[in-house]
Amino acid sequence: MLKLKGELKLKGNLVDARGRSCPEPVLLTKKAIEASPDGVKVLVDNATARENIKRFAKNSGYNVEVVENDEGILLTLSR
Amino acid sequence: MQDKRLIIINGLIVGLLAVLLVKFGNPVNMGICIACFIRDIAGGLGLHRAELVQYIRPEIIGIVLGAFLMSYGKKEFNARGGSSPLVRFVLGFIVMIGALMFLGCPLRMVLRIAGGDLNAVVGLIGFAAGIYIGIIFLNKGFTLKRTYTLNKAEGFLLPAINIGLLVLLLAAPTFIFFSQKGPGSMHAPIFLALVAGLIVGGFAQRTRMCMVGGIRDLILFKDWYLISGFIAIFVAALLGNIAIGKFTLGFVKQPVAHNDALWNFLGMGLAGFGSVLLGGCPLRQLILAGEGNIDSAITVLGMLVGAAFAHNFKLASTPDGPTPNGKIAVIIGFIIVALIGYFNIEREVNVKVKGGVKVEG
Repeated sequence: MLKLKGELKLKGNLVDARGRSCPEPVLLTKKAIEASPDGVKVLVDNATARENIKRFAKNSGYNVEVVENDEGILLTLSR
Repeated sequence: MQDKRLIIINGLIVGLLAVLLVKFGNPVNMGICIACFIRDIAGGLGLHRAELVQYIRPEIIGIVLGAFLMSYGKKEFNARGGSSPLVRFVLGFIVMIGALMFLGCPLRMVLRIAGGDLNAVVGLIGFAAGIYIGIIFLNKGFTLKRTYTLNKAEGFLLPAINIGLLVLLLAAPTFIFFSQKGPGSMHAPIFLALVAGLIVGGFAQRTRMCMVGGIRDLILFKDWYLISGFIAIFVAALLGNIAIGKFTLGFVKQPVAHNDALWNFLGMGLAGFGSVLLGGCPLRQLILAGEGNIDSAITVLGMLVGAAFAHNFKLASTPDGPTPNGKIAVIIGFIIVALIGYFNIEREVNVKVKGGVKVEG
């Protein structure tokens, strides 16, 4: 499991896209955003997915917060 | 990396290097061609015996090693795999069959357009159509499932194999085939080709440059990032070709090309369809393979074997046009890719959503 530090406990909706190769993480993010327009959290495990989701989020008008550690990259998308 | 400037610079460098490689000996409009060069390597190793297309292309070696070194330096090297390897092998094989029907990978398609070869515009339309079909499968939930982390040593294998290829190229033992005439005999000096490959590989690792991704992201997300790299390649190669006098506008007598519009369209359509399911064009597969992605390494092997079969079974087109066998192979290829697409659709996108929302596919 991904170890997250105290204040990063998951609150909203989490999409686990680890291991998925692009464009799947972005597509999953897109679908999750459509289901939950206020914001989602996406967990990925490679830099390409991180960048693609950041770009997608910015193009879609979301703010992105990124937290990385040894076990994954957590992107939080919010309005 | 969000910055479009870097990928545009990347594209300009690739375009200029491609022209430079032609200037120093590569076939016209073939400064860099992933499909053609993997095909030449298959020939050099004797996997096929088409005498005109046998050479161990240092550009490929350089691209893989450039991506390897860059990813290692940037701590992005990561051995991973296990995402439908045999499906990827088959898709790589079929992408190569499509590319050799057209006579070029997506990168060479852009270089051909930049050389004035209008057949490649027909190819581009087919390529976009193939990508569009693939996107329908993606939107329905197509997936080749997830990858897993592997032993790091496995990630070193493909770069090591490429060093082995470089040794074979330099040592030139008698069991390695080198074309005496035809495209395989035309090549830039080894050192120049290798360095060009290293630069392309290193840059493309940083920018994630990908032709399939460019058109795909434009259609799916209206995202211009990846395609801007290829527009830059086009512009640089166009200006370069005009400068060295290699720009000839037209359909007929284009270098290493044929002008059968239908099969140029279908060949690139198949390459686009297969590549979008793979998640990237042949160049991108090479880069990922250098980064330790074993699934992409398997895809590259699929392309290598596909190229060998393409010449052994007379599936590859010649400047005279497509072959009857090649036409049959492309049609079979479409059927197989469509079946792969259909059988890998997840009926319900299995997103692990915590917090009560289930995403329906």
